Amino acid sequence: MSTETLNPKSEPSRWSKIWNSNMGYSFRRNPVAVVSMIVFLLIAIASFLAPVIAPYDPYDPAQIDIMNSEYPPAWVSGSLPEFVLGTDDQGRDLWSTILYGTRLSLLIGICAVALQAFLGISIGLIAGYVGGRLDSLLMRLADIQLSFSTLMVAIIFLAVTQAMFGTDTFNKYAVVFLIAVIGVAEWPQYARTVRATVLAEKKKEYVDSARVLGFGPMRIMVRHILPNSLSPIFVISTVQVANAIISEASLSFLGLGMPPSQPSLGSLISSGFDYIFSGSWWITAIPGVVLVVLVLVINLLGDWMRDVLNPKLYKG
Amino acid sequence: MSLLSVRDLTVKFAMRDQTVTALNGISFDLAKGERLGIVGESGAGKSITGFSLMNLLSRPGYIDTGKILFEGEDVVQMNDKRLRNLRGNRMAMIFQDPMVTLNPVLTIGQQMIETLMAHRKLSHEEARQIAIVKLREVYIPSPEERLEQYPHELSGGMRQRIIIAIALLLDPQLIIADEPTTALDVTIQADIMELMLELCQSNQVGLILITHDLGVVSQMTERTLVMYAGRIIEAGRTREIINDPQHPYTQGLINALPQQTLPGQRLKQIPGNMPGLASIPAGCAFNPRCKYATDLCRSRVPEIVHYGEVEVACHEVQRLNSDEDRQEARA
Repeated sequence: MSTETLNPKSEPSRWSKIWNSNMGYSFRRNPVAVVSMIVFLLIAIASFLAPVIAPYDPYDPAQIDIMNSEYPPAWVSGSLPEFVLGTDDQGRDLWSTILYGTRLSLLIGICAVALQAFLGISIGLIAGYVGGRLDSLLMRLADIQLSFSTLMVAIIFLAVTQAMFGTDTFNKYAVVFLIAVIGVAEWPQYARTVRATVLAEKKKEYVDSARVLGFGPMRIMVRHILPNSLSPIFVISTVQVANAIISEASLSFLGLGMPPSQPSLGSLISSGFDYIFSGSWWITAIPGVVLVVLVLVINLLGDWMRDVLNPKLYKG
Repeated sequence: MSLLSVRDLTVKFAMRDQTVTALNGISFDLAKGERLGIVGESGAGKSITGFSLMNLLSRPGYIDTGKILFEGEDVVQMNDKRLRNLRGNRMAMIFQDPMVTLNPVLTIGQQMIETLMAHRKLSHEEARQIAIVKLREVYIPSPEERLEQYPHELSGGMRQRIIIAIALLLDPQLIIADEPTTALDVTIQADIMELMLELCQSNQVGLILITHDLGVVSQMTERTLVMYAGRIIEAGRTREIINDPQHPYTQGLINALPQQTLPGQRLKQIPGNMPGLASIPAGCAFNPRCKYATDLCRSRVPEIVHYGEVEVACHEVQRLNSDEDRQEARA
């Protein structure tokens, strides 16, 4: 006899719990969210499976033939059937390059946001919970950080590291540098949001009752206050992923991000920019469309999440 | 030796331009397993007293002077580590509103097991078993299932039972209950009070019941403190205080009970309001509302004196009583 029959009232699985929750319900009711989620998942899965899906490896110089450069996409006359979206100026298959590039952009976006979230949440929690002078100090630091624009900080930092380590070393670790600089430049967003929520949460009685039960400040912060402050964190996380992807694209476009040999979406757009007036519009336009769609669906998902998690915004 | 002994406890709040005194020289004792009620109007300092006993006051409040001896140790002098060991473990507290005291994102089981494991070296399974036993003690049906539920899935009365179970988890010596039934409806109120009385008696746990409900105090406690504007103004056996209050304020409180008024009459409320902490009048704090007040009352703070069965802080208690005797004799 299986355990299922022994235990007639079996626990619902985690998945069905999520599906049947309020969030699952409002998700199913919201076509924009559903479409955005599908598009996002398609892009994410395709790009993470790039080595499997892509017909060519854009990082392998042996597979690139300069003679194949600037073939237009399949639906334009003068194209080659093996290059569905055409080729770029170096003869790389654009479809494969976009897959790999999207993977890089998403990776940088998500890792940078993870770093931001880690820094911002820790600092925000401490500032909000401890309060007093430490709070003022940390929040003034955040204000200072915010008064520099992300791009300015990133440009200075990346230009200096590029000059310091030389272009070769820089290109090798470009992903790490980008994650670090985008992560560090944007932590105040998190810190401020988390601090504001913590200030509201710590006055609630369950925090008093946790103190009465003899819990230490670390445990109260991490286990009691943090889980109650998660909704705004989720919301800004989606927006911040979109922002980080854009920042990365801008930096790469300016030549301070991913090198042309390992193009992200931004550097792909940038490398095609030189050819846009010679008629090879697709090298810039197609990655541009992918970037816009990716950022758009992430933002739409963020919007939906904000509506669900903030009951004050319910519309009728 | 008494379980808890508070001596000359003074609590102040540092405001921007002045420091106000919220508790002014509070002293009382609590024997092991004894049940004590603290009554008074809102703002009299009842809850502050409860918080100070656990040394839980947060800025701008602080304990200025005084001693709180709990099992011989001074709570005021304890460091953070000792305090954490004290809170929850040897002294527990129950708050007013069960709707907000439990953490909304953790299941009942997580909250109970976490509490146990924070204080005792127990395996998860052992902690779970203890939690189930304690839930049974507070008459929660099918406790195994409740452990998996979140606070919002339970009713108010059920939650307050669970809060009581959490307070009892580590077998504390003393429970401080700060208006534990104010947020519940009357029938559940009676259930919860009965439950607390039963648990305190069977486990020999001391109870400090902070409330403004004299009816509850008379059923639950052995001794009562009456507080007014940060001072104890009357203390003694609950029966004496309810049946024969000496201080004009206590008399006023009891006369103001709706049961003391005949149908069609107005409620006999005490005129005026309690003064704010920043503007406590000179002399006896109650003098502006007291119909027996004399010049002495307006100039000197009355000492606590032994009078009859109780201790009372009133200059005029003797005259007041002889007046009453005369009135009774005339009637």
